[in-house]
Amino acid sequence: MNDNQKSFWTPGNVLTAFILAGGLVLTFLRFYKGIGAVTNLDDNNPWGLWIGFDLMCGVALAAGGYVTSASCYLFGLKHYHSAVRPAITTAFLGYFFVVVALLYDLGHPWRLPYPLVLSQGTTSLLFEVGLCVATYVSVLFIEWSPAALEWLGFRKIRNFVIKLTLPLTILGVVLSTMHQSSLGALFVIAPGKLHPLWYSSFLPVFFFISSMVAGSSMVIFEGTLAHKGLHHKMDETHLKEAEGVAFGMAKAASFILMGYFFIKLFDITMDDDWQYLATGYGAWFLVEIFGFVLLPSFLYALGVRERNMKIVRIASVFGVLGIVINRFNVSMIAFNWQLPAAERYFPNWMEVGISIFIVTVIITTYRFIATKMPVLYEHPEYKDAH
Amino acid sequence: MEHIYYTLHQFMLHTKSITYVLMGVALVSFVGYWLFLTGRDEKMRKY
Repeated sequence: MNDNQKSFWTPGNVLTAFILAGGLVLTFLRFYKGIGAVTNLDDNNPWGLWIGFDLMCGVALAAGGYVTSASCYLFGLKHYHSAVRPAITTAFLGYFFVVVALLYDLGHPWRLPYPLVLSQGTTSLLFEVGLCVATYVSVLFIEWSPAALEWLGFRKIRNFVIKLTLPLTILGVVLSTMHQSSLGALFVIAPGKLHPLWYSSFLPVFFFISSMVAGSSMVIFEGTLAHKGLHHKMDETHLKEAEGVAFGMAKAASFILMGYFFIKLFDITMDDDWQYLATGYGAWFLVEIFGFVLLPSFLYALGVRERNMKIVRIASVFGVLGIVINRFNVSMIAFNWQLPAAERYFPNWMEVGISIFIVTVIITTYRFIATKMPVLYEHPEYKDAH
Repeated sequence: MEHIYYTLHQFMLHTKSITYVLMGVALVSFVGYWLFLTGRDEKMRKY
């Protein structure tokens, strides 16, 4: 074995290869034997882990794209510029693989464009979500493409795409506002199924506001991981601006989380749901609110005040976990809460396996892009040409 | 303990009254929290 081969077969790469191989087997099983063979879904629980995690969490955690690009290009915070490309790359991959994950749930990939071209359900929120996500994936692809075009040396097309940055950013914010909230609105139709502590007619507002926190937290969390694994790919500007970006995002996330806490409190009050807090579900709700809303809010504030990156990074982990827990609660844990335990949903190990497979594919693709293309650094031929 | 409301008016009066009080608390808290959050920021230069 020569040095190149030795450096390729690291424990991380072996694990990745193992997960990818296992995922391909599960993919074959899913499409060959059908959805019943690999999932625990049934008529009571038609949406499981693939919707609750891959789609709900995937879309929320990919919000870093619109949060960062809006901060930089719409609000004029130019010192966030070096964070825009990594955030757009993550957002594009996140959304693209949300669509891929959706194919596992739908089962007939060739039917994916049906709602757009054959049978429009214009009164359905899912139609709005589908249309929005389809459009936003295209917008994100165009926003991300300059990195690939610089890598490939297509200067003219790249210069043309760069001119579209502002309208694309505006479109990105509009589309994100629409579909982030619509994902919450999907559950407004099920007041009898979702536990009252999580059910609210303001669910669209909760989903949209929490997506901003998810985006900010994800930018910090992803930046931490990138600094560990891809530090050598970062240029001086990126390294210089990294702390400022993290503290700025932390400050925003802290304030938004505090606002989120209060509107959740108003919601409990408006619906008079106080009596549910003394139940098991109530205890879990309090864990979510105190452990994953108030705690990260205070940690972010403390980190910003003390200029302490370690606290900010810990807070970002709580922020990201909080979004995952919230989406799990709304779509699975507090959903169908009145059903007897035997009829409740618990994911099959193969569903979990496919979700891990998709996350691994996203990380592998990100690594490939960040290693090859100018994402964490400026291409030497295009310095200051943004 | 769960409240028993005999009319929608009773329910709205009870819940909205508490909500308005909490909104007042929230507005004041936000100012305090913002000051806490930005308390150690560098002062903006005023010419």
